[in-house]
Amino acid sequence: MESDLGLWAIPIAMLGGAIRVSTPFLFVSLGEVLTERSGRINLGLEGTLVFGAMSGYAIAYLSGSAWAGVLAAAFAGSLFGLLHGLICSLPRVNDIAIGIAMMLLGMGLAFFFGKPFIQPVAPDLPSIGFGWWSDIPQLEAALRVNVLFLIGAAAAVALWWMFRSTRVGLVIRVVGDSTDAARAMGLRPAVIRTLATAAGGAFAGVGGAYLSLFYPGSWSEGISSGQGLMAVALVIFARWNPIACFWAAILFGAAGALGPALQSVGVSEGYYLFYAAPYVLTLGVLIATSSPNRAMVGAPGELSITK
Amino acid sequence: MAIADQTMPPRGLLSPDGWLAAIARRSEALVIPLGALLVGLAAFGVFLLSQGKSPVDFYALVYKAGFGTAFSWQNTLSRTAPLLLAALCVALPARLGLVVIGGEGAIVLGGVAAGALAGSLSGLPGALAIPLMALAGAAIGAVWIGTVGALRHYRGVNETIASLLMAYIAIALMNHLVEGPFRDPASLNKPSTAPLAEHMRIGDIPGWNVHWGLVVGIVACILCWILIERTTWGFAARIAGGNVRAAQVQGLPVGRLIVGFTALGGAFAGLAGVFEVAAVHGTANASLAVGYGYTGILIAFLARHNPLAIIPVAVLLAGFEASSGLVQRRMDLPDATILVLQGFVFVAILVSDTLYGRFRMFAPERWGRG
Repeated sequence: MESDLGLWAIPIAMLGGAIRVSTPFLFVSLGEVLTERSGRINLGLEGTLVFGAMSGYAIAYLSGSAWAGVLAAAFAGSLFGLLHGLICSLPRVNDIAIGIAMMLLGMGLAFFFGKPFIQPVAPDLPSIGFGWWSDIPQLEAALRVNVLFLIGAAAAVALWWMFRSTRVGLVIRVVGDSTDAARAMGLRPAVIRTLATAAGGAFAGVGGAYLSLFYPGSWSEGISSGQGLMAVALVIFARWNPIACFWAAILFGAAGALGPALQSVGVSEGYYLFYAAPYVLTLGVLIATSSPNRAMVGAPGELSITK
Repeated sequence: MAIADQTMPPRGLLSPDGWLAAIARRSEALVIPLGALLVGLAAFGVFLLSQGKSPVDFYALVYKAGFGTAFSWQNTLSRTAPLLLAALCVALPARLGLVVIGGEGAIVLGGVAAGALAGSLSGLPGALAIPLMALAGAAIGAVWIGTVGALRHYRGVNETIASLLMAYIAIALMNHLVEGPFRDPASLNKPSTAPLAEHMRIGDIPGWNVHWGLVVGIVACILCWILIERTTWGFAARIAGGNVRAAQVQGLPVGRLIVGFTALGGAFAGLAGVFEVAAVHGTANASLAVGYGYTGILIAFLARHNPLAIIPVAVLLAGFEASSGLVQRRMDLPDATILVLQGFVFVAILVSDTLYGRFRMFAPERWGRG
């Protein structure tokens, strides 16, 4: 039964959309935080996201288990991260340009291997209903939260705790802030950065698996439209803080849900312009938070993007 | 300085200032990218083998479909035009140390501007209307990418991310304009602007089956080379690209250089969109966003951001893209095959950056030393 909610349907649809759409942003941005905190930037996570979506879907279809797909996507993502990390360990190599190349390679490989999986139907990831107390069907639908979203939220807290009070977190932060200080402590910056990039790639792969296994829930070549790249910008906005990444992902998810939410109440005029809302928001956030003079607050010292 | 270094080096074939030494110094920038290209192609061959396909058949087909016959050359050269202009949109900002990858956005908007203006300009004779249309497309491209440069310089916004975001925004804007305000009601299946009047179309080079965009693209590359290598503007840009602080201390107008070079690059990309509309499709629609901007990034990096080197590299990559259809049909490979090939070559060329200065044969001053 559709109950008549009038304009209230828009915020409810955006709330549900924010939770649904934000998960890939959350995972990619957590992965990028991990990588950037070690002093390296990986712009190629868009390609990792798309390849994760393809490999996750393919493995879920072949094995019949959505979680096997998520694991496969994480593994594939870590391989991309590892390759990126190893190449960037070479002297005089531009990590931003490598990211662009890895983005094209990841998308190319995903489309290449993904052709046979466009038609078949893979199992979905499970979700938990938090809207049982409400008798408004739209609200109940909006509060059906996917398990991966909860895992992502837990991972944000775990990463925050790791950076704050564990030895691993401290090591990553030292490497990210000063290569010289890390060397003086007897650490090997190149190895730690490569591992952090690989782990970051695994996060991005899981974000991709969410796209193909839950929302939108099928594999196609147009499955990602820049979420991986926006997540990289989101990290700057979140000041390299995993908890802030969570809230930023929700905000970006809500912006991404604006177009579909308006469409659901019958507004179709200018649909494509609303579709551009997340990009405009990202650009606006970048402009507002960047500065030509001072170094960015909270930025790892060795990060090439802020130097 | 040690006394030994002040003595004159022996003259002769192997002396550091002989003509052989000059060739050796210059050939590093040619041999390393060429070697990387071959390594990338070979690695892709191994990839094909792992998929049970023959790399020999593949490259033979690419040659045949891209460069084998007069017809395939026409196909290749028609695709070269937008790639030349798209690569300039990467190479010009690169001289200032900026990695701008959103040329696709300027191409798309340049094309939409041409498609939208063609109707209102069609009252004028073609000799006047076509340049006006091209100017409008170039102007919108210049504003779009110039904004990226301005944001970079005056707000410190990362130009790589900003330009790609603006490319997504441009594509959304195109979809909105082509399906909304500028839509030709007669275009049912694929929303498009009204078809260009016959006298508004840009024709072929006489005697060839290739449109004028190729000539414009080549001339643009040559002019950009002169700008970078032979003018004070280009020299100032190279200094600013090497060290912004030093350039500012020297009193160079870094902000104007950055905005000027990015805007010029954007103007060329916008022009690419104009040619796609006025010489190829005859109308502006979603076919504008087919990835010329992204292939342009690879071309510029392969050419080491040298506008003259862009010309042969663009022809090569256009040949690859022209062969895509035949490779798909004959070898039963997906259409993303060329994308994978480009990815392999791109990674190889960037990895090769680490090799500069490693080979003694390119460094005459180290010849003859133990």
